[in-house]
Amino acid sequence: MEPIIRTENLTIRFGGHTAVSHVNFEMPPRHLKSIIGPNGAGKTTFFNLLSGELRPTEGDVFFKGESMASLSAVARTRKGLGRSFQITNVFPNLTVLENVRLAVQSKEKIRYQMVRHFLHYKQLIEEAEKLIALVLLDGKEHAIASQLSHGEKRKLEIAMLLALDTEVLLLDEPTAGMSLEEVPAILDVIRKIKQTGEKTILLIEHKMDMILDLSDSIMVLFNGKLLADGSPQEIMDNETVQNAYLGGLYDENLAES
Amino acid sequence: MKTKFQWNTLFLGVIVLVLAVFPFVSDSRTWTILLTQIFIFSILAMSYDILLGYTGIVSFGHAMFFGMGAYTTAVMLKRMEPSIGVFILSIVCGMLIAALVSFFIGLLTLRLKSHFFAMLTLAVSGLFLVLAEKWRTVTQGNDGFTFKAPEFFKDRMMFYFVTLICLVLVYLLLRRFVNSPFGRVLVAVRENEQRTRSLGFNTLHYKVIASVVAGVIASLAGSLYAVSLRFVNTSVLTMDITLDALLMTIIGGVGTLIGPIVGAGVIELTQHYLSGLAKDYPIFERWIIFFGIVYILAVIFFPRGIVGTVREKLWKRKTKTRPVGKGEVS
Repeated sequence: MEPIIRTENLTIRFGGHTAVSHVNFEMPPRHLKSIIGPNGAGKTTFFNLLSGELRPTEGDVFFKGESMASLSAVARTRKGLGRSFQITNVFPNLTVLENVRLAVQSKEKIRYQMVRHFLHYKQLIEEAEKLIALVLLDGKEHAIASQLSHGEKRKLEIAMLLALDTEVLLLDEPTAGMSLEEVPAILDVIRKIKQTGEKTILLIEHKMDMILDLSDSIMVLFNGKLLADGSPQEIMDNETVQNAYLGGLYDENLAES
Repeated sequence: MKTKFQWNTLFLGVIVLVLAVFPFVSDSRTWTILLTQIFIFSILAMSYDILLGYTGIVSFGHAMFFGMGAYTTAVMLKRMEPSIGVFILSIVCGMLIAALVSFFIGLLTLRLKSHFFAMLTLAVSGLFLVLAEKWRTVTQGNDGFTFKAPEFFKDRMMFYFVTLICLVLVYLLLRRFVNSPFGRVLVAVRENEQRTRSLGFNTLHYKVIASVVAGVIASLAGSLYAVSLRFVNTSVLTMDITLDALLMTIIGGVGTLIGPIVGAGVIELTQHYLSGLAKDYPIFERWIIFFGIVYILAVIFFPRGIVGTVREKLWKRKTKTRPVGKGEVS
C-alpha cells in the first residue's frame, strides 16, 4: 500500500544543534503510529516539520506522494494534515460550541460569506454538536472554553481537530498535564476515532501502557535520530530501545559526544 | 435566542423612533446640531469597533480615512457644484479612495505583530496629515477652506435625518457583517490568530477585509462631518480624531457595535456640558482634564465598557433563573 505520509532524510538544525536528524519514515493509511522518546528527543519538532510550522534544513515531507516543501501550515491542513498542540490552544473566550463550529466552518469552506447570519448555517451547528458528543463533552456546549478543566480543553482540542476532517491526525501528547482520572476518557476518544477506521493517526505520548494498548506500530526518536520503528512487540523486545529508556545508551552517547 | 433578538430590535426601534420625532418636538438648534454630531461620530466609532473590538487590531491611524472622506467631499463640493448629486458622488469617491488606501496599507502592514502595525498606522496617517498641510492648492493647508453645502441641507433638520438614516443603515449593515460566518472568523482572529490560521483560515485576508470595511465606513463619517461644518481643515486628519474614536469605543464597550454609539453619545455630551460650564467656572476651559478623569473612572468601573457591562449583568441574571437555552450561541 502506498504510504499516506513519508519523510525523506528529514533534518532540521537550530544553529549548531541538530534537533531532527535524517529521519526516514513512512506510514500506511488508517494506521496508528506512536512516537516515543525521552524529553528533548525531537518529537514535537518532528511534528512541527510534518505540519509545516517549521521548515526543514534538509529533506522533505511527502503526503500521498506529493512534496509538501512549498506548502505552508494552512495549506497542509487544507490538504489533509491536521494537528493538535501540546499546549492547549483554543479560543479562550468563546463557547465550546463556537470553538468547534469555527473548525467545522473551515472544513465546509464557508470562508468569505458576509451576508447571511451565521445561525442560518444549521448544519454547522449540528455537526459541531455531534463532535462535542463524540469527545464526551456534551452538556458543556455553552461553557466558555477558558473555564474548562485542563482535560476538557484537551478534548475540545481533539474535537476541533476532528471537525477539520483531515485524513491524518497529528496528536501531540493529548494527555499532557492531565490528572490520572482524566486520561482514560482521552484514551476512549482516541480509540473511538481509531474504530471509525477512517483516520491515520500519529501520536506523541509518554504513557507506555496507553501506547501499547492503542498503537499499530511505534517509532522511537532519540537525540533527533530514528532509533527504531516497528510493531509494539518488536519495540518492546528491542535492546537498543530498552537501553535508551534505561539510560545506558544515553550515557554512552554523552561519552561519545 | 428568538425572544432576546426581538427585544433588542424593539428597544433599538423605539430609540430610533424617538430620535426621528425629536426635531418635530423640539426646535432647539443646539440639540439638533449636537445630535447630528453624535450620529456622525457614532458611525466613525462603529467602524473603529470593527477593527478594535471584533478583529483585535489596534490602529492609531484611523483618522486618515475619516480625513479622506472629509476632504474628498469638501473639495468636490467646492470645485464642482454644491448639489446632492455631487454630494453622493463625493461620498462614493471618498469610500473608493479609502478602500484602495486601506487595502494597500493593510496588505503591507497587517502581516506585522500588532504593536508594529499600530506604530505604522500612526506613521502613515502622519504622512497624510503632512500631505494635507503641504498640498495647499487643493487643501489650503492648515487654514482649510469653507464651501457651500447642497441647498437641501440648508435646513439643519434635513441633514439631521440624513445622518440618522446613515447611522441606522451602517449599524444594520455592520451588525449583519459581524454576525456572518465571516464576522465570526474575525472574532476568532481577535481571540487567537495563530489558532485561526491553523484551522485553515488565511487570517491576513480577514484582517485586510476588516480594515477596508472600517476604512470605507470611516470615510462616510468624514464626508458627513465635513458637510455638517461646511468647512474642512487638517484637524480631520489629526490623532485627536483617532483618539476620540478609540475612547468612544472603549467607554461604550468594545466588540458590541451598539457600545460605540453609546460611547459617542456620552463623550459628545460630556464635552458639550463640560465646555459649557466654562462660562461660570474658568477651570472648565480645561475640560479635557475632566474628560481624562471620566475616562479613567470608566475604565476602572466599566472595563468592558457601558454596553459590555450591562450585557454581562443581564446575562448573569438570565443564567441564574434558567439554564442557557439550546441552540444559543455565544
